[in-house]
Amino acid sequence: MTASEIVHLTARQLRSLFEEGRLSAEEIVSAYLERIRAYDRHVGAFLLVDEEGALQQARTLDERKARGEPLGPLAAVPVAIKDVLCTQGMRTTCASRILHNFVPPYDATVIRKLREADAVLIGKTNMDEFAMGSSTENSGFQITRNPWDLDRAPGGSSGGSAAAVAACFSPMALGSDTGGSIRQPAALCGVVGLKPTYGRVSRYGLVAFASSLDQVGPFAWDVPDTALLLQVIAGHDPMDSTSVEIEVPDYLATLDQPVGGLRIGVVREWLADGVDEQVAKAVEQAIDVYRALGAKIQDITLPHSKYGIPAYYIVAPAEASSNLARYDGVHYGYRAADYDDMVDMYCRTRAEGFGAEVKRRVMLGTYALSAGYYEAYYLKALKVRRVIREDFDRAFEQVDIVLGPTSPTPAFRLGERIDDPISMYLSDVYTVTANLAGIAGISIPCGFTADGLPVGLQLLAPPFEEERLLRAARMYERETNWHTRRPDLERVVAQFEAKQSASAG
Amino acid sequence: MALTKEEVEKVALLARLRLSPDELELMTTQLNKIVEYVEQLREVDTTDVEPLAHPLPVTNVFRRDEVRPSLPREEALRNAPDHDDEFFLVPPVLE
Repeated sequence: MTASEIVHLTARQLRSLFEEGRLSAEEIVSAYLERIRAYDRHVGAFLLVDEEGALQQARTLDERKARGEPLGPLAAVPVAIKDVLCTQGMRTTCASRILHNFVPPYDATVIRKLREADAVLIGKTNMDEFAMGSSTENSGFQITRNPWDLDRAPGGSSGGSAAAVAACFSPMALGSDTGGSIRQPAALCGVVGLKPTYGRVSRYGLVAFASSLDQVGPFAWDVPDTALLLQVIAGHDPMDSTSVEIEVPDYLATLDQPVGGLRIGVVREWLADGVDEQVAKAVEQAIDVYRALGAKIQDITLPHSKYGIPAYYIVAPAEASSNLARYDGVHYGYRAADYDDMVDMYCRTRAEGFGAEVKRRVMLGTYALSAGYYEAYYLKALKVRRVIREDFDRAFEQVDIVLGPTSPTPAFRLGERIDDPISMYLSDVYTVTANLAGIAGISIPCGFTADGLPVGLQLLAPPFEEERLLRAARMYERETNWHTRRPDLERVVAQFEAKQSASAG
Repeated sequence: MALTKEEVEKVALLARLRLSPDELELMTTQLNKIVEYVEQLREVDTTDVEPLAHPLPVTNVFRRDEVRPSLPREEALRNAPDHDDEFFLVPPVLE
């Protein structure tokens, strides 16, 4: 099997071929590393590629297999890790200059679980600094380009992870989703991305942005691989008191059983004003697929969802301003070279270490929590948050799944929204309410625009109903082949370079 | 209710951020735009609505008070910008 054939396989196929002895772990890992070496200078998905570590892991797996040892569910499967998750001995920066040299002394729980499942950690992916952004342009180190069109953003904040899967640099990746940071880049890169219910996956070792909203989740090419990765990372963790002690079902066992009498609620207001026509059309066609499968389709309304973005931009920055207080130049990371005294050291360290968006949010959060404004902003936003949650509670009394677009537009051009914070914030208009409510959501590919840009379909389920969510997503996936399309990187790169040399000439 | 440059400067000190004059100017403009945008939350009638700080009911989680291994000091100090064998080093706080 050629390297190019290997990198187009699913994680399940890789695992089986390894198990059957038809591919060694070293062959698998080498194929992905070769692909990364050839194309990541164009895409920019990775902040760190652990070539040596990944190959070492692969060789150890090959030896263990030769000895007939039992192997984990992700044996020989490369996984790319968003650089917001602590990896012992491997630099973890959150794409921030303030953590440019931070090497965690411990593994996040999800990383420990990946290692126990015998996954190969291939590298750390780019992101918006501290997961604040929707295009990955807020990275303190580099931009990431969308593998379907290198002029465009991959979405964010987990843009590096989404792009890594889309570019076949890794069959799977982990991201984090605070307001849409898994689902939106999944939609823009044409892959599957799942945000678990708040409390389903441990946050221990996930560098905190907004603690009541953050959740770690999987990226993959299809729903079964997504289910497989969720299976590995889900579950209660004594190290995270907000992770919930509730059984994790065997997602793969039931995945191909259609949900009988599935009732789908279509959020009509998400298909009205403000959504791109081609996105709306692809979503309408997806609804037709479900209808043909016998699902009962009904329109629903989430009357307060339009207040999701304003509520989020109080709640998330408020929590962030507190969480990011720890970056003070004392315990780890960057410290300013010149300062007058202790307070000046803090102020200069943070001014030099944080990028513009992080500063904006820390300022906004500090303001919203400050004396005299706390009730008007923070408490008000928390009340609206409950009203948003109650919209979902009412919807789920009538339907099993809520459906709509993931993002109002397909991938937008790099630079297009970076100078206008609110236009960037509105990229998450359909995703952010799931975080405020704490429910589960998934984005799956549901078509392409005339320009060949992927469109994402968002499905939402009540808390801890990931099994239903995955089965419902799989019903659609089995009827369509969007998830099998891959960007032709060679052609995409050639076109991009031709365009660049034309504009230079 | 517009934020003045002086207020933004005060918030910056609370947030321990040093802003250049240009940054202060831009931050004042941008924060005002965002605050104006979030003002629409006032449209929502939240009389008698309890704030929702957390999506799940959160309760204290206790464990037995038993000594367990912790991060070795050397490991804990390794990432610090300045330290000696025992402590993180910072500029003098008291003269």
